[in-house]
Amino acid sequence: MTGYNTWTLESNKMRDRIVNSLQGHKADYVEIRLEETQITRIIYRGERLEEVGRTSSLGGNVRALAKGGWGFVSFNNIQNLRDKVELAVKQARFIGKEDFKLSQTEPIIDVVVTKKSGPTTIPLSSKKRLLDEYNDIILSTPKIRTCNIGYYDSQRKVTFASSEGTYIEQNKADANLRLTAIASEDGQVQQVGLSLGSQGDFAAIGGLQEQVKQMAQRAVDLLSAPQAKAGEYTIVLDPVLAGVFVHEAFGHLSEADHVYENKRLQEIMVLGRRFGDKYLNIVDGAAVPGLRGSYKYDDEGVPATKTYLIREGILESRLHSRETSAKMNEKPTGNARAISYLYPPIVRMTNTYIEPGTLSFEDIISDIKEGIYAKDWYGGTTSLEMFTFSASEAYMIRNGKIAELLRPVVLSGNVFVTLDNIDAIGNDLQMNQGGGCGKRGQSPLPVSNGSPHIRIRRCLIGGS
Amino acid sequence: MEEILSKAKKLAEQAEVFQVSSKVTPVHFEANLLKQIQSKENVSTALRLIKGGKIGFAQSDGYIEPETLVEMAVETCPFGMPAKFDFPNPKVYPKIETFDHQIDNVTVEEMVNLGDQLISSIKQHTPEILCEVSATKGIISVNIINSQGGEVSYSKSFFNLSLEGVLIKGEDMLFVGDSYSSCHPVLDFRPLAEEVIKQLELAKRNAIISTKQMPVIFTPNGVASSLLAPLVSAFNGKLVFDGASPLKSKLGEQVFDKKFSLQDDATLSYQVASYPSDDEGVSSQRTPLVDNGVVSHFLYDIQTAALANTQSTGNGSRHGGLPTPSPSSLIIGKGDTPFWDMVRDITEGLVVEFLIGAEQGNTLNGDFSGNVLLGYKVEGGEITGRVKDTMVSGNVYQALRQIEAIGHETRWVEGFLSTPCLYCTGLSIAAKIG
Repeated sequence: MTGYNTWTLESNKMRDRIVNSLQGHKADYVEIRLEETQITRIIYRGERLEEVGRTSSLGGNVRALAKGGWGFVSFNNIQNLRDKVELAVKQARFIGKEDFKLSQTEPIIDVVVTKKSGPTTIPLSSKKRLLDEYNDIILSTPKIRTCNIGYYDSQRKVTFASSEGTYIEQNKADANLRLTAIASEDGQVQQVGLSLGSQGDFAAIGGLQEQVKQMAQRAVDLLSAPQAKAGEYTIVLDPVLAGVFVHEAFGHLSEADHVYENKRLQEIMVLGRRFGDKYLNIVDGAAVPGLRGSYKYDDEGVPATKTYLIREGILESRLHSRETSAKMNEKPTGNARAISYLYPPIVRMTNTYIEPGTLSFEDIISDIKEGIYAKDWYGGTTSLEMFTFSASEAYMIRNGKIAELLRPVVLSGNVFVTLDNIDAIGNDLQMNQGGGCGKRGQSPLPVSNGSPHIRIRRCLIGGS
Repeated sequence: MEEILSKAKKLAEQAEVFQVSSKVTPVHFEANLLKQIQSKENVSTALRLIKGGKIGFAQSDGYIEPETLVEMAVETCPFGMPAKFDFPNPKVYPKIETFDHQIDNVTVEEMVNLGDQLISSIKQHTPEILCEVSATKGIISVNIINSQGGEVSYSKSFFNLSLEGVLIKGEDMLFVGDSYSSCHPVLDFRPLAEEVIKQLELAKRNAIISTKQMPVIFTPNGVASSLLAPLVSAFNGKLVFDGASPLKSKLGEQVFDKKFSLQDDATLSYQVASYPSDDEGVSSQRTPLVDNGVVSHFLYDIQTAALANTQSTGNGSRHGGLPTPSPSSLIIGKGDTPFWDMVRDITEGLVVEFLIGAEQGNTLNGDFSGNVLLGYKVEGGEITGRVKDTMVSGNVYQALRQIEAIGHETRWVEGFLSTPCLYCTGLSIAAKIG
C-alpha cells in the first residue's frame, strides 16, 4: 500500500499559491479548500469477493461571499486558482444585494496530523483475511442464502485557507464496515445488518465474530417471525436505534440552516422552549474526542465545540455555520461540513447523543404490559416535523419481559410530540459509529449517534 | 486515456479505460431568494483490467500519473473476482439522442429568471410559503476504450428544475414539491407550478384517518417514493443470481396483475437516463421486465450476465466502483382509468403523493413502510383533506398482484421513472390517535 500516499500538493509552494490567489478581490470573504483522498473499497457478495478497488482523488473548490450572495466553483484541475476565485467572486457579486457579514471568528494557522496507523497503512491481504472470516461465519449458517459485505476506508488531507488569514491543514481517516446476512425460504427474503465505523482505527472493526454469528442466525429466525400489528405502542429503543432516533427526531431540526431564513420556524424553535422532560439532555459536538464525527476544525476553519441542544428538556442552542450564526445572532458552533470538494459546507451534525440517566434496562421495561423493544437500525429520515426510523431487530414486550421476535419495524413520530413522550432514560450510553448522514445530496457524511436505552409512550408503528 | 490503456496492456491480458467529465451549473434559491450560483467541473478516470484471469480496478478523480493508476489497479488484481467475459467491441451503437446544443445557450440570468418566475407564481397562490428552488444545467461526456478494440464516446446534456416548498401554520408543517428533468432546457416553469399549486389546493384542510386496511391511490410521485425501491432491487440480475430477489425462480410466471407492465428503456430520445452505450461499452436497449403481469427479464451487466449464463442487457452502470446492474429509465405501462374516477370509486381511502422512509426497511422482500409526507384522505368518492402522522405499510408483490385500476396518463418522475397512478387495495394504514 505504500508508495502512492505521497501528497502531490507540496506544502510550501502550494501554500503561497493559495494565499496569493485569495488576495485583492472585490468580495467580503473568499475561501479555498483543496483535498487529496485515497480510498480502498472491498465488496463481497455471497462467497464472491466481488470488488477490490482503489480510488485516488484530487480536487478543490473556491467559495466567495459578496453582500450576502454566494459563488461556488469546484474543480479538479488545481492550476489557475486565481481564475477560479475570480469566477466565484463574479457569481457572488451577481447575487449579492444585502448588507451582511459572517460571524466573527479568530483567524487560525494550524497543521493537524492524525496518528499514522490509519487503515490505509494496513495491507489489503490483512483486511481480506478479516472479512473472509466474517463471510465464512455468515455463509456457514443454515438457511442463509447469501450476504453482502461492504468495507471502505479513506485517508484525506484537507487544506483550507481564507481571505481572513486562516490556513489549516487537516488529515482525516475514516473506516466503515457494513455486513448484511440474507436468509430466504419459500419466496420470503429476510435480512439483518451490522454497521461499524471508526476514525481510521482498523482494530475497531475486528473481533466481531460472535456478533456476526448472532446476526446471521437472527436473519434465519426472522423467516418464521410474525409482523407487528400497525398502531401506537409503548416502545423501548436500544442505544443504537435511540441514537438514530435522536439524530432524526431532533438533530436535523436543530441545524440552523433550516431555521435561519424561516421566521415561523424561528417562532416555533425559540431558545428556551420546552421539548421534553427535565431528564432529557441532547448534545452534539465534534469536540467530543475519538468518534467518527470528531474533528478539530470544521470546513469553514471554525474550532469544534460541544453543544447542548436540549438541556433539562429545554431548547438551549442549535448547530451553526458562520452564516447562520451571524443571521441568528448566536455563537458559531463549528458545524459547517462538506462531504467533499464537490460541495460547499452546510450545517451538519457530528456526534449526537442523549446523555445517560439513572435507570437500568430492567427498570425501563418492568412495568410495560404490552410494548415493543426495537433494536439496531436500517435507516431513518425526517421532514423536520415528521420523521421515521427503522429497527432491524424487534421483540414484543409482554408483562415486563422480552417476548417473541418480530419482523423489522418502521417507527414514526412527530418532533413536537414524541420527544415529550420519552418517559424513561437508561444509564447505559453507547455510541454507534456505523452510520452515515445524508443532506442536500451530500451523503454519507461520517457521524456518530448514541443514547442509553430509552422508553417512548405512544409511538406509531407501521405493520400489518 | 490511450496512454493509460497502452501501459495497462503491457501488464494485463485485457484492459478498459472509462472516463467521464462533467460541467454542471446549479443555481439555488433559498427561502424564496436567490442564494448561490455554482460551477462544478469534474473528470474521473477508471481503469479495469484482467490479469491472471482476475479483475482489478482503480479510479482517479482529477489528474493522476498513468503509471500510478495502472499500479493501483494491478495491485488489486490478485484479490479480484475471476473475469467471465471479454471487454465488448460492438461495431455500431444505436443512435440515441441525448444532447441538445441549446443547453449551452441557456444563461445564468435565464436560470435565475426561471426560478424567480416559478417562486412568484407559487407565492401568488400561497403568499406565506417558503420555497427552495434549484435550476441546474449540465453537460456530461463519456469515453470508453478497451484492449479488444472497443471504443465509444457520447455527450449528454441535462437540465433540472425542482422546487420544495414549506408552509408553516402554528406547529403544522406542510411540504409540497416537484421536479422536472430533460436533456432539453426546461424553460417553462408552468407545469411544475401547476402541480405544486394542485398539491396546495388538495392539502388546504387537514383530515383524520383511522388505523385499518384501506385502498390507496399512489400518484406518480407516490409510486416513486413507495413502490420503486423494492422493484429496482428485485429486477437487479445480481440479486437474482445471488438468490436475494424473491423473483429468482419466477421468470415466465404471473407474479403481478395482468394490467401491470414494466420495462427498462435506455433508448428514449432526450431522456436524462438514456445512453447509446452503458458504462462498459455494451449497446443500450429496451428490456421488458414485466409483460402483462408475467416476469420476463432481469437487468444485467457483462460479468453478472456471464455468471448467470445470459447476455448483458446494457445496464452496466458505475457508482464509483466496478459496473453493476442498474436501471436506466423505468416505464410502467398506462391503463385506462382517469385519476378522479379512481377517487370516486373509494368510500374510505388514501392518496399517497410522497412517502418518507419507505425504502428503509426490508426492501429485498418487497416490504415498504413509511410516513405520509404528503397524502390525502378520500371519503365518499372525494378528497377531503391532507392526512398527517400516518403510516402506510405493505408489500409490493401483494399490492401489485391485484391492481384495482391503472391511470390513463403517465408522467416522468425525476427523469428516471415514467408511471401512471396505481390504485391498490388492502394496504395497512396506521394513524396517530388524537
